[in-house]
Parts: sequence; C-alpha cells; structure tokens
Amino acid sequence: MLIGPYTGIDLCTLVLIAILFVVAESISTAVLTGVKAGISPSSAVSLAAVVLVGPVGAAVVGFSSCFVIRRQSLVKRAFNGAQFALAAYAAGHVYLLLGGTVGEPARGDFPAIVLPYVAAVLAHSLVNSALVGVLMWTLGAVRPPSGGRFHWQPLMAVELTSMGYQMLGLAIAAVWGGVGLVAPLLVLLPLFIARWTFAQQLDETRAHEATLATLCQAVETKDYYTRGHCMRVAEGAAMIARELGMPAERVQKIRYAGMLHDIGKLGVPTKVLQKTGKLTEDEYAAIKLHPTRGYEIVREISFLDEALAGIRHHHERLDGRGYPMGLVGMEIPESARIISVADVFDCLTSTRSYRKAWSVEDAIVELRACAGTQFDPRMVEALVRAVAREGWETPDIAEPPGGCYGSAAAEEVTRARGPKEEEPVVSDTSAERPAASGTPSPRPEGAAEEIAADEAGASADTGASAEAVTGGRDR
Amino acid sequence: MMTQRQSEGAHSSGPVLSGPEGGALSHHRPRPIWRTSRPLRAVLVGATGAGALAALVWTAATGFVEPYVALAFCLVVAAGELARITLPGHREVAPIASAGAISYALLLSLGAGPLHHSALQVVAVVALGVALGELPHIAVGRGPRVEDVARRVFATALVAVAFRPLVERLDLSGPSVTATLLMATLVMFAWAVDSLTAAVLRAERLRTRLAVAVRDELRAQFATGVAIGSSGVLIALACTVTGLAGLLVFIAPLLVSQVAFRRHAEVRRTYLETVRALSRVTEVGGYVENGHSRRVSHLAHGIACELGLAEAELLELEYAALMHDIGQLSLREPIAAGATVLASPREQRRIAELGSAIIRETGVLDNVAETVRRQCEPLAGDGDEGVPPLGSRIIKVANAFDDLVGENGDAERRTAVLERLRMDTDSEYDPRVVDALATVLSRV
Repeated sequence: MLIGPYTGIDLCTLVLIAILFVVAESISTAVLTGVKAGISPSSAVSLAAVVLVGPVGAAVVGFSSCFVIRRQSLVKRAFNGAQFALAAYAAGHVYLLLGGTVGEPARGDFPAIVLPYVAAVLAHSLVNSALVGVLMWTLGAVRPPSGGRFHWQPLMAVELTSMGYQMLGLAIAAVWGGVGLVAPLLVLLPLFIARWTFAQQLDETRAHEATLATLCQAVETKDYYTRGHCMRVAEGAAMIARELGMPAERVQKIRYAGMLHDIGKLGVPTKVLQKTGKLTEDEYAAIKLHPTRGYEIVREISFLDEALAGIRHHHERLDGRGYPMGLVGMEIPESARIISVADVFDCLTSTRSYRKAWSVEDAIVELRACAGTQFDPRMVEALVRAVAREGWETPDIAEPPGGCYGSAAAEEVTRARGPKEEEPVVSDTSAERPAASGTPSPRPEGAAEEIAADEAGASADTGASAEAVTGGRDR
Repeated sequence: MMTQRQSEGAHSSGPVLSGPEGGALSHHRPRPIWRTSRPLRAVLVGATGAGALAALVWTAATGFVEPYVALAFCLVVAAGELARITLPGHREVAPIASAGAISYALLLSLGAGPLHHSALQVVAVVALGVALGELPHIAVGRGPRVEDVARRVFATALVAVAFRPLVERLDLSGPSVTATLLMATLVMFAWAVDSLTAAVLRAERLRTRLAVAVRDELRAQFATGVAIGSSGVLIALACTVTGLAGLLVFIAPLLVSQVAFRRHAEVRRTYLETVRALSRVTEVGGYVENGHSRRVSHLAHGIACELGLAEAELLELEYAALMHDIGQLSLREPIAAGATVLASPREQRRIAELGSAIIRETGVLDNVAETVRRQCEPLAGDGDEGVPPLGSRIIKVANAFDDLVGENGDAERRTAVLERLRMDTDSEYDPRVVDALATVLSRV
C-alpha cells in the first residue's frame, strides 16, 4: 500500500505518455528560458497521466523527465525526475482519495471527475512549488522576503495561469480513448503558440525598454552633468514604489514615468537651461513650463495612464509652493510624490557644474529635513529603506571634456571654484538644519531650494542660484 | 438586430484609427452613403449580415434543435466576443468566440446521443452570440470593426456548411481518427479562406498589392489561427466524452492564449505609441515644424503601400520616418524652420548620422538606424555603398515634400512641389517613389 496501486496501468498508454512528456518537457524549456510566467505544457501531460494510468504510472512518467533531450548535469536530471515523480504521485493519490477513477474517462464520469481532477492539479502545483522552494532555499538562491511582507499577487497570477494550462490534462485524458495520439497534438499546439507569443512579447518589451531609455538619454545629452539622470530617477522611483508594495505593473509604469519626467525640458531654450547667473522672470516662467510640456509630449502613451500625472506634477511641493499647479498635500498624485523624491535624491548625489556630489548619507539627511514641507515623508522613508537594502549607484562624473557645453570661460570658472566651494555648501546647510526642522522658519531649507533651482535647470554657481530662487520664491 | 448591424456596416467607416493606417492623409471628402471607397468590404459585410439574418429567421421559424446546447454555445460565443482583443495591425480577433463557434459547428454528440443541428442553426446561434457580445461594446462606444465581425461569422458558416451535411452522410458520432482528420482539414481550409478574405480587405484598405497583403495576413493570422483551430477541434472532440460541463473546462486554456495575445498586442501598441510620442520631442524643442514627423510618416506609409512593402518593413519604415530628424537633438541650435531639405548636404548628412547613432544605441533597431543614416543620399548613393535602401529613398522624398509644402500647403503648392521633385528624379529622388507620391496625393 506504501507504493501503489498498480491496477489499471496499460503499458502501451504509459510508454506513449512518457514519450509525449519527454518531448513536451524538452521543447518547452528550449523555447523559453528565464520567463517569469511559469507555464509548462509538460505538467498538463503529467496530470493526464494521473487520470490515465494512476499515481504509480504518473510517477513513472514524471521520472522519465530525466531523459529530457537537453544538456543538463546528472544531478539536475535526477532532481527534476524525482521532483516530477513525487508531484505526480501525490497528485495521483489525492485524485484517488476524492473518488477519481483511473483509466480513460467514460461519458458517465463527467462532470463528477472534475472535482478530484482539480484537487489533483492543486496538489501537483503545491508539491512542485514546495520542492523547488526548498531547493532554492538550500542553494541560497532566494532571500526570505524582508520585513514580513510577501507579494502574493505576482505569484498568484503565475499559479493561476499554469493551472489553466493543467486543465488541459483532463482534455488529453478525455479524448485519449477516441483519437489517441492526435489528442496531445491538438492540446499542445495552442500551448506552444501561447509560449511563443509570450517569448515575442518579452522581446518586444526589451526592445521598448531599450528604445525608451535611448531616446531619453538622447534628450539629455545637452547637459553633460545630467547624463544618466533619467535612468537613475527611474530606478529610484521604482525602488520606492516596490518598497511601498505596489503591484509590479504599477511599479513599471512609475519607472517609465521617472524615465520620462524631464522630457519637457527640451522645450526650454538651451541658453536658459545652461544660463549662469540670475534668471529673469520670463526665463523662470519658461522653466516652470517643462512639466506641462513633458506631459503634453507623452500623454498619448496610453499605457502610462495615472503615471502621466507623475510627470506633470513632479515639481509640486507638499506645502503648495511647487509648480505648475501649486497642489497641496495629498492632492498631489502618488506617482508625482514618488518621482519628486527620486528626482531630488539623484540631483543631490550627482555632480553639478557648480558643486560636487553629496554623499548618500548627507542627501538622506537633507531629504528627511524637507519631508513634510516638500516631500511626502512616506516616500522619503521608503527610499531610505530601499537604499539601505539595495544600495544606490551614484554616477561617476569627473570633469566634463573641455568645451563640451556652455562657453569655455564659464567652464573654466566652474572648474576653478567647484571643489573649493563645495565644502562650505554642505556644512552650511547642515548648520542650518536644526533651525529649519525646529520652527517653520522664513528660510526653511537652503539645499532643497537650491535643488529646486538646480532641477529647474539653472546651472549657475551656488550664490547666483540661491539668489535666483529667492527671487522666484518671492514672486 | 442583424439588420441594424448590417446597414450600419455598409457605410460607417469603422473606428477611428490612429497612425498612418488610418489612411494615407487625413483629408476625407464627404461621400454619399451608397458610394463607398471600399466596395469589397461592403459586399462582405452585407452578404454576411443578410446570410446571418436569413439563417436566424429560418431557425426561429423551424425551431431550435437541442435548444440548451445551442444556448450554452451562444453564451460562450457572446462571452468570447465580449473579450475580443485587437492585435497589432488593427486586427480584431475574438479567440474564444471563434473557438466556441467552430466547436459548435463541429460538435458530433454531447455525452448522451448524436446531435443533429443544421448548418443554418450554427450560423444563427453564432450570429446571435456575436451580436449579444458586441452589444455592451457598442453601448460604451467601442463599436467593432464590422468587417472583422463579418469574417468571424463567415468563417464559422464555412465550416458549418461543409461539415454538418457530412455528419449525416458519414454517420459520425464519436471521436475517431477519421472525424479528427476531417475536422482538421476543414478548419485549415476555413483558415486559409479567412486569411485570404482578410488580405483582400487589407489590400483594399491600404491600397497595397494583393500578393503582399496575402503574405502579411498569412503570417499575422498564423498564431491565432492555430490556437483557435486546434482548440475548436479539441473542444468538439472532448465534448463528445465530457458533455456540456467540459465546454467550460476546456475553454479555460484558450483563455491563457488570449492573455498572451493581448499582452503581446499591448506591448506592441505601447512601443509604437512611445515612438510616436517621442518623435515629437524635436517639434517641442523647436527643431522642426509642428507635426512634421507625423506627416512624413503618413506620407511614407502611403508611398510604401503603393510600392508594395511588407508589413514588417512598413513598421520599420514608420519608426524610421518618425525618428528621421532625431539627429537634430545633437545640434546646438535648431536650423531654420527645421527644414533639412534646405540645409547644406554636409549638414544634412551629419544630422542623419547623428540620428542613426542614437537609434543604433537601442541595440534593437539596426535596420531603422540604417534607413535613417542613408536618408539624404542621392539616388546613386554615396561612396561605395551603392543605392540606398528603398526606405531611405521613400523618407527622402516624403521629407522633402513636407519641408517644401509646409503645414498648410494648398493644392497648387503641392503640385508645384511635386513638379520640383520630379525635375530632380535623375539625380536626387527615385522616380518610382515620386510617382507613388503623386498617386497618393491624387487620392486625397
């Protein structure tokens, strides 16, 4: 009784199913590797074996996967074979326990057979996932999810999809008696089509991603110092969104929005963007237009939907002093609050023409100081947690190649004074911070204001920038 | 219901299409209802509508055989129609509805005993299901592409009319190898006819060559056809054993294929939308005139259809046309009104090369980059590389035409510009392309 029962095993059927199983398993993994959607046609065959030849037969079929036609180490083969055999055996017993009958299902067996079959499918996926999970855990390939938060949603989607496929096993079994080998052919065709489509989709996604990134980078080639800014903001925004436990699809949208957030700067004349010195009222107004312009460019990308608002409002501030609309607090869309934090964080940690990059620690202190007035504290904390765990890649920009942009004279000035002026800037803001966080002072945060100007594109030296912004703020 | 759909189909111009497929140029003369620019489409829609209506009336008059089975399949078709998807190239498909319809046409028995529904009843049930499924779509203003709906009904009718009489004659009652082979052959035949119909409609819509359209359609319909056809046959065979309960179980896997199709279509659409949107950065940056990239892309599409480019090439050409000026982003100052045709040849070549370098960065659009790189070469080509690719020659003509005509060129100016391009056909512009441009313009 420990291993059994052996009744109802038809040798011919068993051999045919085993061959089918090996073929399905060989082709499927050759077609697709590294896809997150864990659908495998072979498990449908394995479950058909449960119905047709019972638990022991199914185990034999499952074990035949170690004969798969693929380059694979012996240990891997053995593990795969054993894994499939165990899963099929367990599924077979669940099937029998709930009153399923072994053999080609006859007309009278339906629909009573569906319930035990579904139970068998569940048992099969459960044992399979458990075995793979244990293996991964022993190999140390996966970390246990941090903070007790585990994202069930993607996993559920994958499981549901694969269960949809495994229902096909019943179809194979049902028509096996009538048409024999033609049945699996019919069954496997749509499966391969689906997998092929998934593969194509993956390629397209990659192509899309690459194109988007390249075009964004092409737009920012104008300013040497902002190179890679859009990609880093995209990563930062995605890190925050993930940390907040958003579903993968939304994270992706926010990532794209982060990539595109400054695309409207192209509408700002280059001479304003690169101006050294005080901005006139008109110039500042031109800069304030860039989020709206960006929104106008990308609003036809329907896939972004609510993340579009993130592009439009990424310069809004919680206290309502941002632009373009001066939204206050939670009126600002969530995606905009995320992008705004990631944007400023990257600005602080990268070199600008008028100052050197800040360290990540300093930048975090600054962000925390501005949380509540400029940023949503929830987003700041999420970023801090994510950066603490995953780290942050700061750009390594040394000196721009001579005369890359701007007039040579301005370049010289910047180069000469940049390093010297850098230290005072940091210490200056740190000295101010207690006052700023203690009371809502008339001059709340030097650095964040400077960033506002910086972000607006005024690559002036520090003194001029502060002046420019003070002017802008007083209006 | 059917009459309404039919009359609606005969003259409505379908949903508004974005992008160049919406028509080479967006000027449409108002036409009287009875005069359509696409008579073949009107014939197909009208004939299918009339046929479906006749089948419905006849079946209603003589009574439904096995009404519960009919109702079950009707509901599956309606649900599938409700979940229809649009694939790349504005192809509307409803895999579940089609598979359900085909399996109803091929159904031999349902557990208990053989079924004797007629081909007319199949058509009636399917048409009813399709109409039911489309109602919510129409209610929210997302009307279907009538020709695609007509094709779905037509393909089912084809299978049913061929198969139902055979069931009686050959006395088929359960799953057997003969029945399976017969079903598979019929489904393949219906698929071929359907693809051909689609190709005829496509050739009529885009004004391209039929041979090219047939190849495009066969390629595009292959994946959906295989999934729908094999599922339809499988459901029909399996239902003989499992009865009606099985219908729901066996439609589930097709749902997964549908999800795959839909995701793929979404990614493709997003990709195209992204490139379309980002092609406007040069306009916002003041490098080129408003709408220039899009107009060039529309013109190039029209010319390419006229010259018989395949679908994949059309897509690459569209990308290249949209991004043909992207090299200007690397310029410090915009050139006057962005009209590259007026810039010096050296400057033009530099812009093309800068743009090509940007596009090549992506690592996935090498053909597009090549097309953009060679867009300003004269007819004989530069250096040793020979004649530039057709895509480049098309973009050269379309770009020059749009630069010279501008946004609001009237008919007179268009003619003048066309003449000017014609004069340069011995050295600069490809005469075939200029002729195609003339044809496209004459249709506006």
